[in-house]
Amino acid sequence: MLIKLTSYFNKQTHPAPLAVFRIGFGLMMLASIIRFWSYGWIEKLYLEPQFHFSYYGFEWVKPIGNYTYLLFVICGLSALFVALGLKYRIAIITFFISFTYIEFMDKTTYLNHYYFISILSFLMCFLPANAYFSLDAIIRKKQYHQIPKWTINSIKLLLGIVYVYAGLAKINSDWLCKAMPLKIWLPSKYDLPFLGENVMQQEWFHMAMSWSGMLYDLTIPFFMLYKRTRGFAFALIVFFHVFTRVLFPIGMFPYVMIVATLIFFDAAVHERILNGFRKLCNVLKLKASTIEISNYKFQNQKIILPILGLFFTIQLLLPFRYLLYPNELFWTEEGYRFSWRVMLMEKAGYTEFKVVDAVSGHSFSVNNSDFLTPFQEKQMSTQPDFILEYAKYLEQHFAAQGHKNIEIYVDSFVALNGRSSERYIDPKVDLLKQTESFKPKNWILPFKDDIKGL
Amino acid sequence: MLKKAFLIFTITVLAMACSTSDESSGGVTDNFDRTAMLTNWADNIIVPVYEDLNIAVTNMVTEKDNFVNAPTQANLDSFRTAWYNAYKIWQSAEMFNIGRAEEINFGYQMNIYPTNITDIQNNIQSQNYDLANVNNNDAVGFPALDYMLYGLADNDMDILSFYTSNADAAKYLAYVSDLVNQMESLTQDVTQSWATYGQTFIDNANNTATGSINKLINDFMFYYEKGLRANKIGIPAGNFSTTPLPDKVEAYYRNDISKMLATEALTAMKDFFNGKHYNSTTTGESLSSYLDYLNTIKNGEDLSVLINNQFDTAQSKINTLDDSFADQIAMDNTKMTEAYDALQMAVVLLKVDMLQALNVSVDYVDADGD
Repeated sequence: MLIKLTSYFNKQTHPAPLAVFRIGFGLMMLASIIRFWSYGWIEKLYLEPQFHFSYYGFEWVKPIGNYTYLLFVICGLSALFVALGLKYRIAIITFFISFTYIEFMDKTTYLNHYYFISILSFLMCFLPANAYFSLDAIIRKKQYHQIPKWTINSIKLLLGIVYVYAGLAKINSDWLCKAMPLKIWLPSKYDLPFLGENVMQQEWFHMAMSWSGMLYDLTIPFFMLYKRTRGFAFALIVFFHVFTRVLFPIGMFPYVMIVATLIFFDAAVHERILNGFRKLCNVLKLKASTIEISNYKFQNQKIILPILGLFFTIQLLLPFRYLLYPNELFWTEEGYRFSWRVMLMEKAGYTEFKVVDAVSGHSFSVNNSDFLTPFQEKQMSTQPDFILEYAKYLEQHFAAQGHKNIEIYVDSFVALNGRSSERYIDPKVDLLKQTESFKPKNWILPFKDDIKGL
Repeated sequence: MLKKAFLIFTITVLAMACSTSDESSGGVTDNFDRTAMLTNWADNIIVPVYEDLNIAVTNMVTEKDNFVNAPTQANLDSFRTAWYNAYKIWQSAEMFNIGRAEEINFGYQMNIYPTNITDIQNNIQSQNYDLANVNNNDAVGFPALDYMLYGLADNDMDILSFYTSNADAAKYLAYVSDLVNQMESLTQDVTQSWATYGQTFIDNANNTATGSINKLINDFMFYYEKGLRANKIGIPAGNFSTTPLPDKVEAYYRNDISKMLATEALTAMKDFFNGKHYNSTTTGESLSSYLDYLNTIKNGEDLSVLINNQFDTAQSKINTLDDSFADQIAMDNTKMTEAYDALQMAVVLLKVDMLQALNVSVDYVDADGD
C-alpha cells in the first residue's frame, strides 16, 4: 500500500495541462475583477453600506474605505501575473489572500463559486504551475517537461468534489419530486426567445431539468476521466453551463467552470492550445532565448502532501457538518454554506426588528432600509446568523443614541421553495441574550414540513 | 461495472426520494397573457385614474380662482370641497410611480406629509420660491393646501382673514394659487405622458429589473409598505418611535378625513391587485389572476384568496377607527396598532409569498447568484 502510494506520488507527467489551467485561471480572474469593478459593485457592495455582515470569527475583516479599490487592483494584478507565470508563487499567494479577504469583507455576497475560487487558489499555491510555458521559465532559462502527476490530479479531484457534492445535494425531495425551486424560476423566464412561452411553463420540463441537473453533476467528472467519453462530456459541460448562464444571473462562473474542466484533457490537447499562444507570441515578435530543459524536482513534497491531504479531508467532510444540527438544513441554514449547495432554494423573508425598553415597556420598530442596502436586507431576512448579527448592531446603534435597557425582538416570516410563509424566529426571544456560535440556534422556530434526502 | 452501479444508484434514489410524492400533475398548456395584464393596468386603471385626477385638479383650479377673486366663506367652502375630492382620487394614483410620474417625483410633489409650516411661511414671506425644488416637497401639494385651507387658524373667520384683512393677504393668496397651479401642471404633465408612454409601458413586458411588470409590482409593494402601512397608520400610531406621533397623520389640519383617505388607498390597492377597472365592477388580468395561473403549475395554496382576505381583515380593523386618526390615537391607540398589525400581515403575504411566486426581484440588486 505504502509502496503503491509512494510510487504514485513519484509518477511524472507533462506539465502542459497545468500551464493552460494557470493561464486560463489567471485571465478569467482578471476578467472577473474588471467586470466587478466596471459594474460599480465595489462601491455598491463594499463602500456604500454602513454596516457589513461578518463571518463568525472574522469580524476584523472589513472593507478598508477607498483602499478597497487598491485591494481589487492588487487582486487583479496578481491574477495577471498568475496568467503570465511571472513570479508565480508570490502572485498566486497574493491572489489567494486578497481574493479571500475580499470575500470575507461581507458575507452578504457569499457565493459558492467565490468559495471555489478561494480554495482553488489555495491549492494552486502548492502546485508548480509555472514549470512550463511561463515567464518564470524564460527568466530562469529553465523549463520542465515533467512534473509530478498528482499535481494535475489534485485539481481534477477538487473539481470532482464540487460537481459530485453539488449533485448529492440535489438528491432531496424538493428538487427531485417537486422540481423546486426550478418550478418557480423557469416560468418567470417567459421572455426567453423560443423557449420562454412554451417549455419553460411546462411541469415535465421542470422535472426533466431537475433530474438531468442532478445526474449531470453526479456523473460528469467520471465521464471526463475516461478518454472515450471525454469529448462528449465536455460538449455537455459547455452546453450545460452556457444554458444556465442564459437562464440565471450567475456571472462568470459558467465560463470559469468550462475553462477549468479543460484540465481533464491530456497533454496533447493542451500543447495545441499552447501552440495557439506561441503563434500569438510570434506575431507579436516576442522571442524567447533558448531555454534549457530539465526535470522538475518537487521541493518539500514531504510537507506539502500532508497539508493537501488535510485540505482534501476537510473538503470531503465539511459539506456533511449539517448532520450535526437537529433541524432542517434548508430552513435554519446551519451548515449550508461552503457545501456546494447551489441553486437549491428559493427563499424569501420579511423580518422586522422591534426595539423594546425593558423597564418602561416602550417599543418601536426599526426601518431596515435606514441601515441596510436592499441586497443586505434580502439576505438578512432569511438567514438566522445575519438576523442575530444585525440585532447586535442595532443595539449598539440605539444604545449610542441614549436608549436604555434595550431588548430586541423580531417579527420574522420566511417562505421556502413555494411553501406558504411561516413564522421563522421565535418572537418571544430577546435576540440580545443570544450569542453567535456553532451550536444549534434554538430560537429558530421548527420547520413545519419535511424535506427528505441528503 | 460503473454502468451497473450507476443504474442501481439511480433506481434507489428514485424509490427513496419519491415514495411520498404528492404530485397531482396536470399539464399546463395555457400561458398567462402578461401583455393583457399590462394593457388592463394601463387602459383600465392607471390612465382612467389620472384622467379623473386631472378633472378633479382642474376643478380645484376653478374653485381656487373663484376664491382668489373673492375670498368669501362660500368660495372657501367650494375650494375645500374641490380639494377634498381631488385628495380622495389621489389615493388611487399615488402607487403608480412609473414613467413620467417617476421622472418628476410626482408623489413627492403632491403628498409629502406632515407638511412643513416653517417652509411654507418662509415661502409666503419671501415670495421667491421654486415649488418643484426638492427642498419644497414638504411645502407643496395636498398637505400644504390642508394647512392653507384649515390650519392657518382655529376658526374659519380667522382663516379667511389671512386672505382678506391680513397685511400679507396678497402673499397668502399668491401662494395658495401657485400651489394649486403647480399641482395642475404636474397632473396634466403626467396624464398627457400616457398618450405616448402607454404603449412603451405595455410593450416592456420582459422579466428584467426595468420591465414594466417588475417596476409596477415594486411600486405597489413600496406604496403598500411605506405609503399606506407606515405613513398613514404606523408612524402616527408610534410603531416607529417611542411615543405616538398624532400630528403626523394625513390631512392633520382638516382632521376628520384620515380614515377616509386610508380606506380609499387600501381599496385602490385591493382593486389594482384584482385588476378591477377604475370606477367599474369589471375585472381583467391582474396580479391575482397571475398568481392563480402560477398556482396551477405549483399546486400551492390559493395565495390570491389569502391576500384578499387579509386586505379585508385590515379594512375591517380600519373601519373600527375614528374618522380622525389623530383623535383615535388620543382616545385609544391600541386600535390603531391593531389596524397596523393587520396591514402588516398582508405585507408578509405580498412581500414574501407573492414575490416568491412571481419570482420578481424586490429591488435593483444585480449582483451574481449561484
